[in-house]
Amino acid sequence: MHSFKEYVGLMELHGDVDRERILETIKMFIGKIYQRPPLRSSVKRALRVKEVYSIDVLEINGRDILFKVRCESGTYVRKLCHDIGLLLGIEAHMRELRRIAVAHIREDLFTSTLHEVSEALYLWQRYGDDSILRNVIVPGEFIVAHLPKILIKDGAVDAIAHGAQLAVPGIAIFSKGITKGYRTALMTLKGELVAIGKAVMDSEEISRCEKGIAVEIERVVMEPNIYPRMWRRNQPQ
Amino acid sequence: MFSVKEYGLDFIKKLDMVANIPSEYIIKSDDDTDSRYGYIPTKRPIDVYIRYGLIVLDKPPGPTSHEVVAWIKRMLNITKAGHGGTLEPRLLLVWVGRS
Repeated sequence: MHSFKEYVGLMELHGDVDRERILETIKMFIGKIYQRPPLRSSVKRALRVKEVYSIDVLEINGRDILFKVRCESGTYVRKLCHDIGLLLGIEAHMRELRRIAVAHIREDLFTSTLHEVSEALYLWQRYGDDSILRNVIVPGEFIVAHLPKILIKDGAVDAIAHGAQLAVPGIAIFSKGITKGYRTALMTLKGELVAIGKAVMDSEEISRCEKGIAVEIERVVMEPNIYPRMWRRNQPQ
Repeated sequence: MFSVKEYGLDFIKKLDMVANIPSEYIIKSDDDTDSRYGYIPTKRPIDVYIRYGLIVLDKPPGPTSHEVVAWIKRMLNITKAGHGGTLEPRLLLVWVGRS
């Protein structure tokens, strides 16, 4: 998943530094930074550039610093703490970290614990009551909530579910925010996610054109044969 | 009474609201949607709802994301589930069913 992540973390300094210098040093890590992934990491350990959008120091208590950081996906916060310690000249390490948002999905929105999932399942399986389960699980559509959307006609749905590209005649309603080259979510008029793809036309072109491919499909989510087949197969002669 | 399409458009608006993006649309065609096919996402029958569902999980520290996904699969009795985000603690997105 591309885009940003947000964390609350606790960093411990290995020496005493005054408050002003801590704040000043941390500020230097906002923006584009070089970062080499740590020894224990799941990616290639090559120096790479990651963007830190903001670091808010929430509390300083002796050598403990509680902070909130918003950064590009793939930024190692543990490494960030380590590097801040190096620049302060006294070293530091990250003690605790909690992710509070992945793009638009924030922890306060509809987070559940494993216990809640288990209890909701029990109520459904034992008593046939699915009302809590419907809160614990949310429609998968929420994962593309941040994308501009194109709502397609019923007649175009199954063709897309079978892997066809989206042509203009299949479009019913579309967001004003469609940008050429950017990811777009294709939804039914009922709000179901059909597929995601790259727009090859922007909103202005879609409203002007009557034909042509508008979106190149990258990933189909809906199973085929849910909507009626309105398209023709090329008949072999 | 709302029509199926109105419910659908309302759901789309809700998605835009959650993501905090502008909900401005252009209507190219006033095609309606047939209630015989598909479902309003929030009104899917529970088995379909689970298959197209997402759990935003407050993961306890300790078990790995892979382990947690395996538990959830077993709890829900499904074969397919995935997750986004590795290594990082807490907030784990688990998509269940087809993914």
